[in-house]
Amino acid sequence: MSVTVKSKRFVDEVIEETPGGHRLRDCIQCGTCGGSCPSGAEMDYTPRKMIALVNAGRREEALSANTMWSCVSCYSCTSRCPHNIPVTDIMYTLKRMAIREGRVKDNDGPALARAFTHYVDKYGRSFEMGLATRYHLLNRPFAAMKMGGMGMAMFLRGRMAFTPSKIRNIGQLQAIINKARELGGAS
Amino acid sequence: MKYAFYPGCSLEVNAAAYDLSVKAVAKTLGLELVEVDDWNCCGATEYFSQDELTACAVIARNLALVDPACGQITAPCAACFLNLKKVDRLMSEHPDLDQKINQALAAGGLKYRPGSVQVRHLLEVIYKDVGEEGVKARVKRPLTGLRVAAYYGCQVVRPFKDFDDPEQPTTMDEILKWLGAEVVDYPVKTHCCSGHMTQISEPEAFEMIRRLLYCAQQREADVIACACPMCQLNMDAYQGRVNGFFNTNFNLPILYFTQLLGVAFGLQPRELGFGKELVAAEPVIAAKVGAA
Ligand code: SF4
Ligand code: SF4
Repeated sequence: MSVTVKSKRFVDEVIEETPGGHRLRDCIQCGTCGGSCPSGAEMDYTPRKMIALVNAGRREEALSANTMWSCVSCYSCTSRCPHNIPVTDIMYTLKRMAIREGRVKDNDGPALARAFTHYVDKYGRSFEMGLATRYHLLNRPFAAMKMGGMGMAMFLRGRMAFTPSKIRNIGQLQAIINKARELGGAS
Repeated sequence: MKYAFYPGCSLEVNAAAYDLSVKAVAKTLGLELVEVDDWNCCGATEYFSQDELTACAVIARNLALVDPACGQITAPCAACFLNLKKVDRLMSEHPDLDQKINQALAAGGLKYRPGSVQVRHLLEVIYKDVGEEGVKARVKRPLTGLRVAAYYGCQVVRPFKDFDDPEQPTTMDEILKWLGAEVVDYPVKTHCCSGHMTQISEPEAFEMIRRLLYCAQQREADVIACACPMCQLNMDAYQGRVNGFFNTNFNLPILYFTQLLGVAFGLQPRELGFGKELVAAEPVIAAKVGAA
């Protein structure tokens, strides 16, 4: 199974995992996406370069980059691309591939995503306080300390709960989640 | 008018002021919001980073739970709105995805036919369905003299462009003008609030937040109005930290546009969740608009 996946061309894999992704072949390298990106300056490769790397089949550089982890899903690139390339969704695909292949370096993005989905799967709702502890205390104890004052201010205004809320029919949601995982072949 | 209502997780606690003001304003406007029974989290941007099909199925459960008699769903949160709309759109345009998502839903005894529920942000509902006359007719305390920067952020207007302009949206500006507010020119109105970046890289996040506050300060706005819990959280709760980081002195209250509607309708501050913001809004409202 993993052998067939590996032998598939990188660009085809990205296209296959991204609805509308085939349009990335039409990229004219105009740079509109990079120029529109609020995080461009922080990225190893701008969105434009990232599309070029994918088209060139440069898997390792693409998946080890911080680019997709700096993406804040603002959709400016997608909205402005003259060829309607779903750049934001390609960033999501690259995130998933990088996680799957264990290529993420020095970035807390995957941990945050994991902590968040953990609460959705377990309770059907996100849980900010739980997220703050589960994610921050594990990943960023120092940041958690700096957050302390703000957290208290939020708590005093009733904007922070200590217990998660849970949906009634969590069994139904989990059945849907399990089936989707099975169909998607995801772990 | 009847709408299925998807509050989303933020409105339960962190954005309680949005929840309170949405409900109070809907009541005044005669909008009947029927909460989707037992709705679940939309997964924000995080679920898509992990597993796309499951992210879609989790979102689709909410669409499947909408009472078909409603035919439309409204969400006040930009991320919830986008996720609901995106999945409905993906299912319409990609039959293979539709089929898989429905197979997953079937495991929970549900099904969803793409296109059967219209997904709309609350801004659109108020702008289009209530409209200028409907809003103006309820104004008891015009916001005359209050300078407001209307901030849309990203996901209300992008990537779907069917309700407002993705670069220069005007619907919130218009609504605020109907209330009598002085809406300032705010060129960064669709720039990003940094989303979840405060949790990953503070220097990156704080710079994005700083730009928004700086521009509002330059334009001498009294408050920034927004239409998303994440935008409010980032600009309000982190404002003190941003000031510390850049040695700035921003003191800009960040309100939900529904709170300003409520003020103009003569509703009481407590009904509208005033006092929950970290940068206090009541002093400037009292000074500019007068006491409730
Ligand atoms: S905006 Fe579109 S066409 Fe231009 S470089 Fe980016 S992806 Fe390529
Ligand atoms: S969606 Fe991501 S990659 Fe695209 S412009 Fe926004 S931050 Fe940059």
